[in-house]
Parts: sequence; C-alpha cells; structure tokens
Amino acid sequence: MAVIAEPVAAKPVSRFRFILDRREVLGAILVAPAILYVLLLVGAPFLLAVYYSVSAYTIYDPSWHFVGLSNFKQIVQNPVFIDTLENTFLFTFASQLLGLVLGKFGAFLLLRPFPGRKIVRALVILPWAVPIALASVAWEWMFDSLYSVINWTLIALGIIDRSQAPNWLGNPHLAMLCVIVVNAWRFFPFAIVVFLAGITSVPQDIIDAATVDGAGFWRRNYQIIMPMILPIVAIGLIFGIVFTFTDLSVVYLLTNGGPVNATTVLGFQGFQVGIVSGDVSHGAAISLFMLPVLFVLVIGMLRFIRRREI
Amino acid sequence: MKRLLATAIPEISFYGAVALFVVLTTFPFYWMLITSLKSNPDLYNVTNIPFWFNEAPTLEHYQYLFEQTLFARWLLNSLVIGLCVVAITLVAALPAGYSLARLTGRNGEALGIGIFLTYLVPPTLLFLPLSRIVANLGLQNSMWSLVLVYPTFTIPFCTWLLMGFFKAMPVEIEEAAIVDGCSLFGAFVRMVIPLSLPAILTVVIFTFTLTLQEFVYALTFISSSAQKPITLGVATDLVRGDIFFWGEIMAGALIASIPVAIAYNLFLDRFISGITGGAVK
Repeated sequence: MAVIAEPVAAKPVSRFRFILDRREVLGAILVAPAILYVLLLVGAPFLLAVYYSVSAYTIYDPSWHFVGLSNFKQIVQNPVFIDTLENTFLFTFASQLLGLVLGKFGAFLLLRPFPGRKIVRALVILPWAVPIALASVAWEWMFDSLYSVINWTLIALGIIDRSQAPNWLGNPHLAMLCVIVVNAWRFFPFAIVVFLAGITSVPQDIIDAATVDGAGFWRRNYQIIMPMILPIVAIGLIFGIVFTFTDLSVVYLLTNGGPVNATTVLGFQGFQVGIVSGDVSHGAAISLFMLPVLFVLVIGMLRFIRRREI
Repeated sequence: MKRLLATAIPEISFYGAVALFVVLTTFPFYWMLITSLKSNPDLYNVTNIPFWFNEAPTLEHYQYLFEQTLFARWLLNSLVIGLCVVAITLVAALPAGYSLARLTGRNGEALGIGIFLTYLVPPTLLFLPLSRIVANLGLQNSMWSLVLVYPTFTIPFCTWLLMGFFKAMPVEIEEAAIVDGCSLFGAFVRMVIPLSLPAILTVVIFTFTLTLQEFVYALTFISSSAQKPITLGVATDLVRGDIFFWGEIMAGALIASIPVAIAYNLFLDRFISGITGGAVK
C-alpha cells in the first residue's frame, strides 16, 4: 500500500503541467496580460471619459456630480464649437483627398523600375516616418511671417511683391490651407506605400490575361487593379482618416488653433478645454463628439479586413 | 531627330515628376539641415539667398543645443522610455500573439481583430481620463507616465504583427518538439521564440519608433522640461518667451529625426503588411 501511495508526492507538479498542456488554458494565460493591459488603460479610461462628459468634474472641483446631457447642450450652443466641427471635417477630408491624389500619382511613378528607385522610395517615405511634431516645427519655420522661404522664392521669381507677401499662418484662410497641406504632405507617402503594396500583390498573370483580352491602360487600372486593391486601400484610408480626424499636433504646433479659432479641430479643442483650462467634463464631452465618426470607420474597417482577397 | 524626341520627352517628364516628388518630401529636412548650420546673422537677413550659405557654416547651434539646453537629457529620457516600453510590449505581445495565432482557435481570430481595433482608439479621446489616472498614481509630470501609457497602442499593434508572423510559421516545428517530449509551453519558449527573432526585432524597432513619434500624451502629461522626451522637448521647449531659436530647433529636430527615418525605411514592408491587416505578404 505504502509503495503505491508514494508517487502522490510528485503530483502537484504534474497537475500544474497538465493544466498548462491544455490548449485553451495555456492560450488564455498567454493572452491575458495583453488583454488586461488594454482593458485597464483603454477600456476603463474610455468609460471614465463617458462618465466625465455627463458630470461636472473639473480639476479644481473633482466632484462626481451627475448633470445629464447639459455639458453637450452647452457645447453645441457655442458658435466656436460649430466652427470647430466644420474645421475638423474640412481638415480631414481635404488633406486625405490631397494625400490620396498625390499618393496614387506617386505610386504610379514608383511602380516602374528605374535606377535609384530604392533611394527615391526611402526619401519619399520620410514625411510619414519622421515624427510629425518635428516636421511641423520645420514647416512652421518655412511659413514664418518674416523669413518664410516660400515667400522669398515667390518674391525672387517676381510673382509677388515684398509688401504684399502673405502671412501664411496669420491669415485665417491661409492658415487652414497650411495645416491641410502639411497633413497631406505627412500622409501621402503612406498612401504611396499602400498603393504600391496593393498593386505589386496583384498577380501578374491576371494583368497579362486582361492585356491579351484587349484591356487598355485605363481599363486595366480602373476595372482590374483598383477593385482588387480596394480592401487594402480602404484600410489605409481608414487609418489616415482616424489619425487626421483625431489629430491635434499639427494644429497645436503650426497655428495653435488660430488665428481667431480659424483652425481649431476637435482634438485640439478637447485639449484646450480639458487640459489647459482644466474643465475636464466639457473637454471629455468635446472629445466624445468624435465617436460617431470613429464608430462608422471601425465598422468599415471590420468589413474590409474580412473582405481582403489578395 | 523626331524619334529621339519621342523617346526623350516621356523620359524627361518621368524623371522630372520623380524629382518633384523627392523635392516635395525632402525639402523640409534639407531646410532643417541648412538652418541648423547657418550663423544667426545669415539666418535673419531677408536679402540673403536662403537656400545656401552666405556666410561660413557653423556648428554653434549644435554646440548650444548640447551645452546650454536639456537636449542631451531629452535624448536620454526618450531612450529610457523607449527601452521600458519595448520590454513591456514584448512581455505582453509575444505570448498574446502566439496564443491568438495557435491556441485560441476561432475565438482567437475575433479577439485578435478586437485588439487590433483598439489601435484605432485615438489618444485625443483618452488623454483626459488618462491624465487623471496618471495624476492619481502620482506620475504626473514624470516620464514614467509615458512608460505606463505608451503600451496601450504598442501592445495592440505588435500583438497583431506577431499574430500574423506566427500564423505563417509551419506548425510542424512545434509538433515535432511536443512529440520529442516538450510541453506546449516549452515548445513556445524553446522553439517558437528563438525562431521568431526577425519578428521580435521588427517589434522592437517599431515600438521604439512609435514611442518617438508620439506627441499627444507627452504634451498632456508632462510640463517640466527635465522629464520631456525628445520630440516634445524640441517642439515646445526651445522657445524662450516669444523668441524662437530656429537654428537650435532645427538642429534638434534633425538629430531626433534621423534614427527614426533609418529604422522606418529598414522595416517599412513589415509595417505596411501589419497595418493593412496582414493582407500583403
């Protein structure tokens, strides 16, 4: 009897191993840290943001007093907020459109092999790779009211006179143009790379077959290649829209929302109200106005990520 | 002659267009370089030709940057933040990516997409509650707040990247290890991890560049100069009163840009395949 009972001493170890050898248990244990991190520092803050938006919480008066939707009501009644909303949409769609056009054209150029293509690609990707905050500072210097290199060139070419040199960041319309251009400049290399990745993954025999069947350049491009790379391009575009729609760094560094709120966007306004002024509840409510758009984009992302074929 | 022209004109316009694109993308960086090397009298004279040196180039801005500002400290901060975030990301994302690719089956796919989608939750939605959480943890105005928060976007992205990599790996390797007496976990530690060093390297590089590129959280959480990471320090801290020290700012921006630019170019294809949902092999 005693002999039979002896192996029991080793049992705890083997049971532990036994549990670790079950696929679902080990799988759950391995994935747990990542899920936990995301739940605690993305999920919980998100719920907290929703709660702030319906409370009267400020950093000076951290009370959790529930006020219903009155924060949202006050925000919508503020004319500056309506401008902010318009600016955000204009900023997002104008810069993404410009970025897509430049990206498609750039991809078309880089598709053809030529000597030095690798170096050209490395140089073209720079605006997307380099931290946007640093590039924005360089642009701010290029748009300087007095020492702008753009103005200097325009004057030297005789296009404008020094007395009528534009103050790029000081004029409401030009300032909007500037933030749009800088953002498009930042995103179009990403669009190029996404287009390139898509086009090069289309099997050559499909293109050849279409050519044999008599499809010309435009037909090949818009009826064969474009539909095939649509999922990839859509995913890239959704990323571009999300990062532009919610961005604050370009606006913060180039114009600081000015002149007179001409370039305020949602992310920037949330920062101004919630962090700079310390009115956390209104800031959170402003940021939450991004949600409907983000929600639509996430749905789109889900559809395209499942539909990709190549 | 006509035939020569017929071939030359498309060629010239093609290279002209390529050159235009290169100028468009690189000019701001050329501008950083030339500004950082110009002496102040040269820089602030509107009649000088701005594209080239009108006086002898100088390194005084770089000297000032390292000797009179906290630039070296910011570099060190960014390095420490980057390394810590890389460590946290690897510890969380490596097992998670493996688990979602191999162990959790059908639910794994859905869970993986769920994690990937959190990458779409923008900082500007979370910075207010996170700033309160950071303050309650006593981390406000400290670079450790960034070490805590940056993994919220590096873990989802890297889990997704690694999941794609593990899926592409032949399952026979682990099966052979298990047949030879390895436990399931042992197969992951002893076989899978050593074989995925290229993917791990990609994750390390990308996590590092993502931490360098981040601006919103750093701006929100940190206001004392000595705690700033390099991107925030250069963009916001080299302005004294209303005076911009353009030579120093451009020198700092250039130094901080170079490593990111190089790293990005080396691993670009992997990044794109990750961000497009592993659609491109």
